[in-house]
Amino acid sequence: MFYREAGQFKKSYAADMAVFPILQDRIGIAVILFIAAVVIPLTGSTFFISSVMIPFLVFSLAAMGLNIVTGYTGLISLGTGAFMGVGAFACYKLTTIFPNVNIIIWIIASGAFSAAIGAAFGLPSLRIKGFYLAVATLAAQFFLEWCFVRVPWLYNYSASGAIQVPQRTLFGVVITGANASPTTRYMVLLGVVVLLTWVASNILHGRVGRTFMAVRDMDIAAELMGIRLLPAKLLAFALSSFYCGVAGAVMMFLWYGGGEAADAFNIRQSFNILFMVIIGGLGSLIGCFMGAALLNIVPIILKFGLPAIGIAVASETAEHLNHLLVGGLIIFFLIVEPHGLARLWQITKQKLRTWPFPY
Amino acid sequence: MLYNIFIDPFMQMGGAPDLLVQTLWEGLVSGVLYALIALGFVLIFKASGVFNFAQGIMVVFAALTLVGFHEKGVPAWIAVILTLGVMYVLALAVERVVLRPLVNQPDIILFMATFGLTYVLIGIGEFIFGGEPKQMITEQLFLPRGAIDVKMLGGRVTFQKLDIAAAVIATVMIGALAAFFQYTRIGRALRAVADSHKAALSVGISLNQIWAIVWFAAGIVALITGVMWGARSEVSFGLDIIALKALPVLILGGFTSIPGAIVGGLIIGIGEKIAEFYWGPLVGGGIENWIAYVIALGFLMVRPQGLFGDKIIERI
Amino acid sequence: MQTMRSIEPGQQLLNVENVSLRFGGVKAITDVSFDIKKGEVRAIIGPNGAGKTSMLNVINGFYHPQEGQITYRGEARARMRPHVAATQGIARTFQNVALFKGMTTLDNIMVGRTLKMQKSFFWQLFRHGPAMNEEIEHRKFVEEIIDFLEIEHIRKVPVGKLPYGLQKRVELGRALAMQPELLLLDEPMAGMNLEEKEDMCRFILDTKEQYGTTIALIEHDMGVVMDLSDRVVVLEYGIKIADGTPEEVKANQKVIDAYLGVAH
Repeated sequence: MFYREAGQFKKSYAADMAVFPILQDRIGIAVILFIAAVVIPLTGSTFFISSVMIPFLVFSLAAMGLNIVTGYTGLISLGTGAFMGVGAFACYKLTTIFPNVNIIIWIIASGAFSAAIGAAFGLPSLRIKGFYLAVATLAAQFFLEWCFVRVPWLYNYSASGAIQVPQRTLFGVVITGANASPTTRYMVLLGVVVLLTWVASNILHGRVGRTFMAVRDMDIAAELMGIRLLPAKLLAFALSSFYCGVAGAVMMFLWYGGGEAADAFNIRQSFNILFMVIIGGLGSLIGCFMGAALLNIVPIILKFGLPAIGIAVASETAEHLNHLLVGGLIIFFLIVEPHGLARLWQITKQKLRTWPFPY
Repeated sequence: MLYNIFIDPFMQMGGAPDLLVQTLWEGLVSGVLYALIALGFVLIFKASGVFNFAQGIMVVFAALTLVGFHEKGVPAWIAVILTLGVMYVLALAVERVVLRPLVNQPDIILFMATFGLTYVLIGIGEFIFGGEPKQMITEQLFLPRGAIDVKMLGGRVTFQKLDIAAAVIATVMIGALAAFFQYTRIGRALRAVADSHKAALSVGISLNQIWAIVWFAAGIVALITGVMWGARSEVSFGLDIIALKALPVLILGGFTSIPGAIVGGLIIGIGEKIAEFYWGPLVGGGIENWIAYVIALGFLMVRPQGLFGDKIIERI
Repeated sequence: MQTMRSIEPGQQLLNVENVSLRFGGVKAITDVSFDIKKGEVRAIIGPNGAGKTSMLNVINGFYHPQEGQITYRGEARARMRPHVAATQGIARTFQNVALFKGMTTLDNIMVGRTLKMQKSFFWQLFRHGPAMNEEIEHRKFVEEIIDFLEIEHIRKVPVGKLPYGLQKRVELGRALAMQPELLLLDEPMAGMNLEEKEDMCRFILDTKEQYGTTIALIEHDMGVVMDLSDRVVVLEYGIKIADGTPEEVKANQKVIDAYLGVAH
């Protein structure tokens, strides 16, 4: 009843081409942003901010990266974890070599490193497609994972192989390192995510996005329309890896704060992100957030929620249950709605639009 | 540097041929195991066009079930039968719950569904049998233990009896599968389904039945692989990463070719052992983890359809 | 496209000389020569498997003939990738509809404008200023095509959900969005009912009139072919058996034999 577009006429193509052409959607986004930027930092507990919101934002960003190459361009990548790792290590090296440059610049710049490496590993996509390409990206995953362990230069020759995020400030406020408060880290992360989401939306709604989708849906036809496949696919890989790289950098700097990176960026991480994209919805930006939220919240509920309602679960069992549940969810979604949560959301909106009438 | 890369490894090979033979043998055995996993993939891909990512996990799952039954006090041979029963139920369940609702979906969706299956299997396996590694029941299954030392080439080469048994069993099984495909009614139906689902349906072949059979066959292959593999190391889901090794094997061999899976498996197995032993030390070791993928990748760039795959003609 | 010299109506636009195409041992096309003149509708007909679609694939660079020479706008063409043909102004529709199924009608046709959109990746990041202006400008052009093809009502429907006849129409729209000099239509009316066929004929003729596009057409419906086309080339088993105006071809004994069958 409230969600209705009647009376909202578009008077220009620009208005018709807006990302949120309906007024209620724009209001909704504003409310969400307000909650994220004002309500949560003021009222959220430390646990909520650092164990729920920060991981959620990091994973959303990574899912966005994977979605660009898999959801929009149709190239399966199983190397997400490794590309995130490249971003994390690039950021770590850059900020330890040039400590005086603002960390935000390095976080963005580390995405560029990841993009270059992603594009290099995307080269085989010229000749191979589908499952074959998925295996090619596994080569990237395992090779890079190996580098993270075997190239001590990357972790500044620390004996344990772990990296320790140094303290960095932004406008005098400590934002990384052990002394940064969760709220500050959350705010910085939120800024990065909002900015990059806006950019991704711009790219994907324009010429470049259409090129990607054309390659995904029918690559031969796309080529006959004058789209050069290799540059298009490489751009998709580069862009995707950029997002993954930034996600990896913020994961290490604003969430983990250090540790053995090879573990954080292994093949399981790649699968984890892929599942978020599948469940959220291939080829949907909103889906990235939904998928990340769902897969992020399930283990937390299993681990903390079940004991809270009186069901004692060993943390190991919770993990096993999590595997089971995630696997089941994926099959469920692929069967019921292959376009994931995002499509369900769309259907709900459609229903709302006509409510209380069936159509 | 160049000397270290291009000459020294070959000098080592020539200098100690017994070591070379030993390395080749080790590679051969792991190659056989890779080939067995790949075989499971090929079976399913041929009959249903599904790229079954879960095959590697099915191996672990089968082995774990077998050991699990035995731990509960079930005699070994009954445990084997029970495990076969479990694999059959699994095949039926996969057909009913995953494949049937997803028929006619794009390949990529089915591929991703098998990711889900992978995690479900891991979850169930760990939930029931626990996450800690287990010992495979080798003696109870009459698998030989110990090793044969052979004096040759001025040194000594050790052949584990178990490895020899693995190679023999694998060969027998591959022969049996090939005969099954070639000479039985169901085998013919399988090949028909592989060519075209719709055409097969139109002549009265039941897709559902074929799929259940083929997943069961893949389950049997998985069990045998799991026993062999488990006997060489131990049974745990830590093996799943190694199970991914079957993927480069498939790429080398082509997704639809049984001989391809075998040859691919051997190439990858031997290639990575040789690379690790002779070139690994140059970069600090551990290259076994990724060299297989790089070999496969390099190969793909030259021949995208694999060793035995058909040439792809693009049509519009 | 602008760098090449322009061709006056009636002049030779495309010339196919002695082209042969083989797949392994299978001969798809054997020693075929014909030309297409600017501004005409040129039909390619023949029984199934005669090599018609292969001929179109050769013309837009998807297949590379083993022998023979193709001259386009007076220049001999080297071996090339298909996207080059697109930049030279050759557009194409497909026998089995090859639309981008996950995208809306509007987006599908907008893809046809890709080559005309020049604003750099940098501006794409913002979707304001130059990139947005360009987008709007091309949207206007696309809306004209949508108007022309009478598909306003399905503008924002994913094409995968459209019925076959409309998909064919969207595909034509996508090709027209490229403002092609030469338009290759591969069985644009296959599987349509009479009414849809009449619509499609109208669109093809209007395209020729309104945009001055040269059209090469594959079609099985002889009535359509005879009505629409200026000249017809007939293939059988990859060999050219006749070439000329519809009347000439209709009277040709070889063509009659090929279509009706004859005891050899």
